[in-house]
Amino acid sequence: MTATSPDVLVIGGGSTGVGIARDAAMRGFDVTLVEKGNLTHGTTGRMHGLLHSGGRYAVSDQASARECIEENMILRDIAAHCVEDTGGLFVKRPEDSAEYYQRKLEGLVECSIPATELTAQEARAREPFLARDIDKAIEVPDAAIDPFRLCVANAKSAQDHGARIETFSEVTDLLVEDGEIVGAEITHESGAGKRVHGTEGTVEEIHVDHVVNAAGAWTGEIAAMADIDVEVRPSKGVMTIMNVRQVDTVINRCQPKGDADIVVPHETTAILGTTDEEVGDPADYPEEQWEVDLMIEELAKLVPILEDARTIRSFWGVRPLYEPPETGTDDPTDITREFFLLDHDERDAFPGMTTIVGGKLTTYRLMAEQLVDHLAGKFGLDSTSRTAEEPLPGSEDESVLDEAMDDFGLRSPVAKRSAERLGSRTADVLDTDEPNPVVCGCEAVTRAEVADAIEQSGTDLNAVRIRTRAGMGNCQGGFCSHRLANELHPEFDEGQARAALDELYQERWKGQRHALWGKQLSQAMITYAMHALTMNRDRDPATSEDAPDFGAFDAGPASTPGAAEDGESADGATGVVTDGSGGDRRGD
Amino acid sequence: MAIDSDVLVIGGGIAGLSAALSAAREGAEVRLVTEAETTLHHASGLLDVLGYTPDGEGPVVDPFATIGDLPDSHPYAIVGERTVRDGLAMIDEVLGETYRGEHTDANALVPTHGGTVKPTARYPASVAAGLASDDRDVLLVDFERLTGFDAGVAADHLADGGIPAETSAATVEFPVTVRDDAKVTRYAHLLDENPTVTVDGRDRHVRAALADAIDPHTGDAKRVGLPAVLGVDHPAEIRAELGERLDAAVFEVPMGPPSVLGTRLEDWLYAVLDDAGVEIEAGGGPIVNFDADDRTISEVYMDRSGSPIPYGAEQYVLATGDVAGGGIDSDRDGVAEPIFDCHVPHPSDRYEWFNDDAFGDHAFVTFGVVVDETLRPIDDADDPEFANLRAAGAVIGGYDYPAEKSASGVSIATGYAAGRHAAREV
Repeated sequence: MTATSPDVLVIGGGSTGVGIARDAAMRGFDVTLVEKGNLTHGTTGRMHGLLHSGGRYAVSDQASARECIEENMILRDIAAHCVEDTGGLFVKRPEDSAEYYQRKLEGLVECSIPATELTAQEARAREPFLARDIDKAIEVPDAAIDPFRLCVANAKSAQDHGARIETFSEVTDLLVEDGEIVGAEITHESGAGKRVHGTEGTVEEIHVDHVVNAAGAWTGEIAAMADIDVEVRPSKGVMTIMNVRQVDTVINRCQPKGDADIVVPHETTAILGTTDEEVGDPADYPEEQWEVDLMIEELAKLVPILEDARTIRSFWGVRPLYEPPETGTDDPTDITREFFLLDHDERDAFPGMTTIVGGKLTTYRLMAEQLVDHLAGKFGLDSTSRTAEEPLPGSEDESVLDEAMDDFGLRSPVAKRSAERLGSRTADVLDTDEPNPVVCGCEAVTRAEVADAIEQSGTDLNAVRIRTRAGMGNCQGGFCSHRLANELHPEFDEGQARAALDELYQERWKGQRHALWGKQLSQAMITYAMHALTMNRDRDPATSEDAPDFGAFDAGPASTPGAAEDGESADGATGVVTDGSGGDRRGD
Repeated sequence: MAIDSDVLVIGGGIAGLSAALSAAREGAEVRLVTEAETTLHHASGLLDVLGYTPDGEGPVVDPFATIGDLPDSHPYAIVGERTVRDGLAMIDEVLGETYRGEHTDANALVPTHGGTVKPTARYPASVAAGLASDDRDVLLVDFERLTGFDAGVAADHLADGGIPAETSAATVEFPVTVRDDAKVTRYAHLLDENPTVTVDGRDRHVRAALADAIDPHTGDAKRVGLPAVLGVDHPAEIRAELGERLDAAVFEVPMGPPSVLGTRLEDWLYAVLDDAGVEIEAGGGPIVNFDADDRTISEVYMDRSGSPIPYGAEQYVLATGDVAGGGIDSDRDGVAEPIFDCHVPHPSDRYEWFNDDAFGDHAFVTFGVVVDETLRPIDDADDPEFANLRAAGAVIGGYDYPAEKSASGVSIATGYAAGRHAAREV
C-alpha cells in the first residue's frame, strides 16, 4: 500500500494537530487540517503557557519528565520567538514535606534535568516578592511559551510545505466505505478559505488515504461518528491572569500535587494556575468563583502581593486526559499525562484512522513526530522527521533580537515588543512605507502587524488577537476592539467589521467576568461607558428593525427659525464661556 | 487647623462642578477638591439627559416628557422634572453659545466615532452641523494615523442606520507627521498653534494644508465632519477657517478617550467656577478620612503625599463618581463607598454583579449610594447617614446611565440640587 503523495486529513487545530500537519507536510504527505474554531480553540489556547522543564513530573512520572526536558531544549531552538527563558523555581514552604523535596531533588538528577538548590535568601534575591517565610527552592529550566504564536508558526510552516489549513471548519461526519474510514464531511462556517463574516457556510466531503483524529477533548466525539469508542476524560482547570508580572520566574510549589501551585510570567502578565476537576462535557462546564478565589488565596502563600493585586480575567481549559480502558483511576490528578496513539485498524479492526490523545503542549512536537512516523511506516514514506532541527517561521534567525535593530520608524518600546512577537519575520511585517500607527496601546501592536494577521485569518478578530496579543492587556480590548475592527475596512465591508467587533467584544467580556472587583471593575465600567454611552453600541439604531424618526429629533439650531447661526459667540456677560477663548488650560 | 468653607464639594466631574456652581450662586462660600484627572477626559463632551427608558425604549424624542414615567428610585424622579430643567438652564447659561440644543426639548441624534448615533439634549456648537436629522449631504474625513475613527466605517454605518443625508468618506494624511502612538491632543495642539509646514514644496499653515488635503473630496457635501481634534484653545476659529476654505459647514465627530470635547468642557466649566469665586483644589490628593459627631461631619482629611490635611465645612457634597471613577470601591467580598462608608446595596454573591452578555443588565453599573429627597445618602434603615452630607452624580446608584444615555443629565440635575440644598442649610 504505497502512494506517491498520500492524502491525510488532520482533525484539530491545537498544538498536536498543527504539529502533525507540519511534520507530515515536511515529509511529503498531502495534508489538510480542519479545526472547528480558531487555531488553538481548544486546550492549547487555554493553558498557562508553561514550557515544562520536566521538574513537575520528576518524582511521579519520570518517563514524561525526560520527554519534557528533551523537548524543552528543542523548542528553545526551533521556536525561539515563542519562548521566554524565565527559568523556574520549586519553592518549599515550611509546611511542605521535606521528604518530598528530597525526592524531587533526586528525581531531577535521575531525569537529567539541571537543578540548583537555592536558600530562601537566594530565592528572594532573585524574586523579591516571594514570601518571607519560605524554606528554600530548587531552580530548574522551566520557561514561558506562547501557545498561540507556537501554533500559528506551525500552521504557517505546514502551509509553506503545501498543507491546507481550514479553520471554522467542523467535522460533521466521518465517511465510511466498506468498513474503512475514507474521509470526513466538513461544514465550513463561512465557506472554505479564510473566515469572513457574513459569508455563507458550505459543506465539503474530503476523501483521504488516512484520517488523524487529534481533536483533543473532542476526540471521543469524532471517534463516535464511526461508532468507535475512545473514552476521553476531560478535566478542567482554571487560569487567572494578573495585570502585571509579580514574578519574572516560573514559581512552582514543591508539593506532590495540589491545586493552585504555579505562577507563570507571560508577556506583560502573570498567570496563576490551576485546578483539576473532571467534567462531563468539554464544551459546557461550570466556571466557578471558588476556583478563582482559590488561585489567589493559595498562591498568595508563595507570593503574598497576589492577595491585593489586580486580575484582568480568568479562563478555563480542559485537559483531554486518556487512559486505556479498565485502568479506572478515580482522581483526575492521578491520570497519566502520557499520550496514546490508537491505530483503529489494530485496536478496533477499523482501518483508515489513527487517534492521538493525551499528552501536553511541551511534548507536542514529539507526539507529532511519533504519529507521523507511524503514518510514514503505513505509507512507506520518509521516516525521518526534521521538526527537531528546522526552525519555525519567525525563529529562523535568533540573532534578530540581539542585533542593533531597525526601528522601522517606530518608537523603540513599540519596535522592541513587536520584534519579540514577530522574531525573524519582523522586517517582513513592519517594513512598510505606509503610516503605521499603534492600534492596541496596551500591547504596542501596530497597523502593519494587524494587517499581517488579517491577511492570515480574514475577518476573525480573535484570530488577529491570538497572533498579535492586541486586546489582551489591561483594558481587555476596551480601547482597541473598535480600532481593530476599523482595520478590516475597506477590504471588508462595514457590516463585516461590525460583526467581527461584536464577536471580539463579547469574547473579551467572557473572561473579564471572573475579575470584576477593584480596579478591573473600574476598567469594565469605563469600557462599558465608552461603548454604550458614547458609541451607543448597545442600542444601535442600525441594528433595530425600524430606523428612528429622524425628522422628530433636533436637526440643529440653524433649523429653528430665528436661531443664531453657529459661530463665534458675542463677547458675553460675565461667567459666559466663549468657544475659542477657553482660557488657560488646566493641568498643563 | 482645618481649611474652612461653607460647602465642600468632593469630586471634579460634571456633578461636582454643577454642585459647586449652584451652591456658589446661592451665596455660599464653596471649595471644590478633586484628584488630578477626572473622568471628564474620558467623556464624549455631550450633555445628555435621557435617550432611552430603563426598559430600553427609544431613542426617546423628548427626554423631559419621559421623566414622569421613571421609577420612583431614579435620580430624576427624586429631584423632579423642574429641577432637571433648572439645572440644565444653569449650565446653558454659563456655557452660552459653546453648547447647543436649548432651543428645543427634543433630543438631538449625534453621530459618534463608531458611526452610530447617540441621543443627547445638549451638544457642543462644534458638533451642531453634524446632527443625524440634518438632511444635507455629509463628508466624513479621517486621518491615516488616527485609529479611533474610520470615516469609511462611520459613513457606511450611518447610512445603514437610515439617516436622511447622503454620506461619503475620505482619508487624508494630517499635514504634520505625528508619531506612531500620538494622542488625539497632539492633533488639537497642532491645529491650535497652526505652525507652517512644507507641503509639495509650498509653505502652508497646518489648517490651510489640512483644508487643501480635504478639498478634492468634498464634492456635493455641504457638511464636512472631522474627528474631534479641532483645537483645545481655539476650536471656533479653527472650524471657521476650515469651513471657509472648504465652503462647507465643518463639524466634529465626538471620540474618546482621551476626548478633546471632554477636555474643552472641563476647561470651560473650571473657568466658570473660578469666575463664580469657587476655591478649586485640583490634584492635591484623595479624601481618605473624616471626623463626625452625632452623624454630623466636622472635617474630612485629604491625603497629601502621606500627610492628612483637614478640610472643614458646614455642608459636604459627595460627587466622587461610580465604580469607574473610584467613588464606589469593591473587592472580592463586597462593594463600599470608600470615604464615608455610606450604605451601598449590592448582591453578596460577586457572580451576581454582572450579566453574561457584554451589553446585558449589569448590577455593577447601578452600584451607588441611596439618597433621600434632599439627596442625603441613607443607611439600610432609610435614615440619613449624616445630617450634612449630600450626594450628586454617578455616586448615586440605582440607574444604568450608559444604557439610558443619562450620565451628564443626572450629574447636572443632582449636582444642581445638592448644591442648592447644601447652600440653603448654611
